[in-house]
Amino acid sequence: MSAWILAIVQTVLLLLLAPLLSGWVKWVKCKMQCRRGPAPWQPYRDLAKLMRKEVVLAEHASPLFRATPYLVFSVTALACSVVPAFTLGLPTAAMADVIVLVGFFALGRFFLSLAGMDIGTAFGGMGASREVTISSLAEPAMLLAIFTLSMTFASTNLNTMVHFTLTEPFQIHPSFIFSGLSLLLVATAECGRIPIDNPATHLELTMVHEAMILEYSGRHLALLEWASMLKMLIFGVLITNLFIPWGVAQTSGFIPCSVGALSMMAKLMGIGALLAVSESVLAKMRLFRAPEFLSLAFILSLLGMLSHVVLEVH
Amino acid sequence: MDIAVFTLAEQLILTLAALMLFTSFLLLAQTRLLTLIHIFALQGGLLCATTLLIAFTYGRHHLLISAALTLGLKVFFIPIQLQKLVTHLDIKREVEVVGNPTFIMLGGAALVLFSYYAVLPIRELSMLATRNTIAVSLAIILLGMLLIISRRKAVVQVVGFMCMENGLMFAAISATHGMPMVVEMGVALDVLVAAILFGIFFFQIRTEFGSLDVDKLNRLKEVD
Repeated sequence: MSAWILAIVQTVLLLLLAPLLSGWVKWVKCKMQCRRGPAPWQPYRDLAKLMRKEVVLAEHASPLFRATPYLVFSVTALACSVVPAFTLGLPTAAMADVIVLVGFFALGRFFLSLAGMDIGTAFGGMGASREVTISSLAEPAMLLAIFTLSMTFASTNLNTMVHFTLTEPFQIHPSFIFSGLSLLLVATAECGRIPIDNPATHLELTMVHEAMILEYSGRHLALLEWASMLKMLIFGVLITNLFIPWGVAQTSGFIPCSVGALSMMAKLMGIGALLAVSESVLAKMRLFRAPEFLSLAFILSLLGMLSHVVLEVH
Repeated sequence: MDIAVFTLAEQLILTLAALMLFTSFLLLAQTRLLTLIHIFALQGGLLCATTLLIAFTYGRHHLLISAALTLGLKVFFIPIQLQKLVTHLDIKREVEVVGNPTFIMLGGAALVLFSYYAVLPIRELSMLATRNTIAVSLAIILLGMLLIISRRKAVVQVVGFMCMENGLMFAAISATHGMPMVVEMGVALDVLVAAILFGIFFFQIRTEFGSLDVDKLNRLKEVD
């Protein structure tokens, strides 16, 4: 029973932390570019304001358009409960492995792109087509990277994977370097961050994610924004915990769990700062260069798998 | 799973091998000349690090000289010379890739697989823990060749040639703990001379044909 409570605590904690991470990234980015920038908790204010605002619906909006924000948000929240964030042995982690996690994201994206096309404006369709193009290239790279990891761990369950690294003596796996880099590239593409998509822009020709949700307003928009912040958080937790799991609690006591939560926040701050730095240094790519970027991710995953077979297996 | 049988130093050597392979792929993907030369210098640096690591781990102190040679020639001298040439010839930005970059990268991955299967029988002969790196070194050599085939600019072809040489050195160092000193000195000298000769040739090709595109060399016959 206490494990279930812990699972709920974890999900709620991640839900609450997601806007903070997004605000933190924006804050570090502003500091790097010598701007004053909004406070890290600004996204909470934005979400609260959007929640209070009236929903404006297009005349031709179908029920699908209205259902999508709730669906996308709940799927992402469900994905939150699957990832081992600060403690192991959650009952929710046993229900779904990492392939299901990829499936959750795909499900959310499917409905989001349908909703983008639902109203019938040009931008929605354009954004949906771009999003699907990018994700169809990003998904194989992500799955290949995950398969490389699961060849070492002999499991696709996230709990087992993190547990393996925590209990084994320290080893350097060449294949992990490649999978890690590949997952970082895929995460930037999936979360719509800078080399692929600019989350801050509303410039017609370049937006991808923003184009799809252009017609949304009020609490619908708030839920979709929150879901995309949550997705970034999940990717951050996933990548940090797969490759640097130290700090994650192995028992369900209060002290190990709070140590785990603190270390998770520290790791997230680190990876958020890394994202902010890379976003300040890199420029957004042309859309037609996105396949090159993602094929680099795919080649990295492939190299990871090859180096696992060539170098690590006797 | 099985990597646990190696010591930490051996795991580090394997990681360096994987990183060298990665730099070869970066060379294949890179389309800017100056960055290409920098990546080549990075590969030399990784080779140097591997040599140092093996020298200290296994107490092979003659490898220190080899590491110094690598550091001096491949990390500093040749890249700086190439960079000067590129700046002097004013070709900083031009590189053209023959064919689709993604296909070339996938071809590179296929070469890695091929070299893995090709060296399986050789691997059985070695008793060293780092024998797995033979496949990687063969792959680096083949990737250097692929770089030469897939590009038209003479400077990139020289980098490809040096990359092949890096692969050979890596094989010698990681699989057999270094060649006899005389051979290593000879190879280092050869590379040095080759680099200087290539530099002179670049100028010759440039003044004769007005470009460093090697495809233009084919048109010699059709002049008369």
